[in-house]
Amino acid sequence: YIHIINKADMAASKGLKILVGCKRVIDYAVKVRVKPDRSGVVTEGVKHSMNPFDEIAVEEAVRMKEKKLAGEAVAISVGPPQSQETLRTALAMGIDRAIHVEIPLAQLEKLQPIHVSKLLAKVCESEKPDLVILGKQAIDDDCNQTGQMLAALLDWPQATFASKIEPSQDSKQLRVTREVDGGMETIDVSVPAVVTSDLRLNEPRYATLPNIMKAKKKPLAKMSPDQLGVDLQPRQEVISVEDPPVRKAGAKVESVEDLVGKLREKGLVK
Amino acid sequence: MQFIRPVLHSQVCTSARPSARQFLQKLGKSCSFSLNSSSTRLYSTEFFPINDELYGLTDEQKQLRQTIFQFCQKELAPKAQQIDAENDFKDIKKFWRQCGELGLLGVTAPTEYGGLGASYLDHAIVMEEMSRACAAVALSYGAHSNLCVNQIVRHGTDEQKSRYLPKLISGEWIGALAMSEPNAGSDVVSMTMRADKQSDGSYVLNGSKFWITNGPDADVIVVYAKTKPEAGAHGITTFLVERDSPGFSCSRKLDKLGMRGSNTGELVFDGVRVPADRVMGRLDGGVYVLMSGLDIERLLLSAGPLGIMQAACDTAFQYAHIRKAFGQSIGQFQLLQGKMADMYCRLTSGRCYVYSVTRALAQGSRQPMDCAGVILKCAEDATQSALDAIQILGGNGYINEYPAGRLLRDAKLYEIGAGTSEVRRLVIGRAINNIYKS
Repeated sequence: YIHIINKADMAASKGLKILVGCKRVIDYAVKVRVKPDRSGVVTEGVKHSMNPFDEIAVEEAVRMKEKKLAGEAVAISVGPPQSQETLRTALAMGIDRAIHVEIPLAQLEKLQPIHVSKLLAKVCESEKPDLVILGKQAIDDDCNQTGQMLAALLDWPQATFASKIEPSQDSKQLRVTREVDGGMETIDVSVPAVVTSDLRLNEPRYATLPNIMKAKKKPLAKMSPDQLGVDLQPRQEVISVEDPPVRKAGAKVESVEDLVGKLREKGLVK
Repeated sequence: MQFIRPVLHSQVCTSARPSARQFLQKLGKSCSFSLNSSSTRLYSTEFFPINDELYGLTDEQKQLRQTIFQFCQKELAPKAQQIDAENDFKDIKKFWRQCGELGLLGVTAPTEYGGLGASYLDHAIVMEEMSRACAAVALSYGAHSNLCVNQIVRHGTDEQKSRYLPKLISGEWIGALAMSEPNAGSDVVSMTMRADKQSDGSYVLNGSKFWITNGPDADVIVVYAKTKPEAGAHGITTFLVERDSPGFSCSRKLDKLGMRGSNTGELVFDGVRVPADRVMGRLDGGVYVLMSGLDIERLLLSAGPLGIMQAACDTAFQYAHIRKAFGQSIGQFQLLQGKMADMYCRLTSGRCYVYSVTRALAQGSRQPMDCAGVILKCAEDATQSALDAIQILGGNGYINEYPAGRLLRDAKLYEIGAGTSEVRRLVIGRAINNIYKS
């Protein structure tokens, strides 16, 4: 599937169409508990909210609209019925319309980035966005895979860990600054492209009451994985989920010799 | 008496809340970039959850609570302790602007003046979450957005609304309302401030007002004065006075037990000239503006003690489950379970009462009996819950590093301001008498 847009000056065009991914995750402040049968973590009755990196992605899309770089911003969430609340938050922040790909509860726990990226790729075929912005990773599984997989499936360029997105010098591409281990890397990507948001891309806005009320009237379309023709067969089996080991006490050493001696004792150094 | 610090001190202190962005930073790669300290959205594990299903809130109202909670916990809660200690909210102008941007200063004001055109229940939710973060600033907020702004919305002429509402709602101006005097509190209609009509139609105000919230900072004040002293209650008129009027001054900021940071002042009117077009409502008809305003004020302000009760539960319940004694967390001992149960029931029943009355008011039914009842109940319950919170925290409840003491000092105000508990009981009792009058 190839989607080529008219490479006219981005400033003159009617703006990019942006698709933003939002995932409903356990709220970061909740004390996560492992289920007694060790098959996963307790999610029932637990507070959920939008993945913080996705909030940043939504904010970026809204800002690009305000800067007239983007003409339309669409939010998409793959998840249970309650994902609609997450989408309403996105709409209240300024997104134009939302798409909910509803996953039946039985398949929810086994959903992996490979499935989500395939669902998103199918939606991209019909929606034809110029830019897909996803959070770089979800705070529940920390996978950091969906964006990259999506780009590969679509054969689009990707710019991950974005801390800044702006038009390139000739306005025909996007210039993305990425946060990498060595520092910052700036690359130009042609659209359509997939970008994943990092922490310092922006600071998300508060949804004001008038926008919360307007959000109710914005369209929210529902889709199913069957309609999109994507097979959700799990590729992995979770054997067990356990608490991290209790942190053991450390020991203080007086000198470098002591340190080397202790490391030798523990067989960590020859 | 020996105070023993719990091991997890930093987790219960209001000044050390973890944030979403700090949390995310730990996840990501370590970078040498320093984070702008204002760019943190604060959450915490220290919150006792609110079950909005119980109160029949709409989806929008639930989202509204979430937004205000996030905003106030980030912008206000970390400063609450300092504001109380210094008896001053230095960033009030900046905070007012932020509130203005979110539309919070004119929740019930019409959209044409920049307001949200929303309901009293929406306003109560905002007041409650702000009070949970910092009761003192919430009191100032209530005085501005309800006592001043809402009175202008209800009684102002179009010209007065156009002149005052936009800047009050944007946060550029701070508003206040002045009725009480040094010798007229509960008996407010016995006020002695005079408003003498001049030959050119203007009025000259002479007298002083006392216990005026936002008095030291206000740009616009709704003032009640006697245009016809011999007519008693029926000789009061409502005026809109601007700060820079010659003869007007705030003679002092009061040093209070609680609500420190909500600047309260004595206002002196020494020959203050007010043009005729600054009369609000009917001449000599101010008592109706005053009394009906008081009903709505009591209703809206009752969300203040609700927020305090919620904060008491937030602080005390978490503490009870961290603090250990005799081999287990103290929250598992029956006497503390009992206290927590009482705190919970006061909070929840108070909320039900407040929200019900706000809904009735939104439908157009204003009942003085319930407006008084709601704040009477919530205020006394808040004081009791704050006392319970101190007790649960034990020795730590007695130290000012912990918020429990401030909650008590702040809660007590609500038994006094906007009509003392005694006056509220009179209002309700007389209303009941009226029902049986033959």
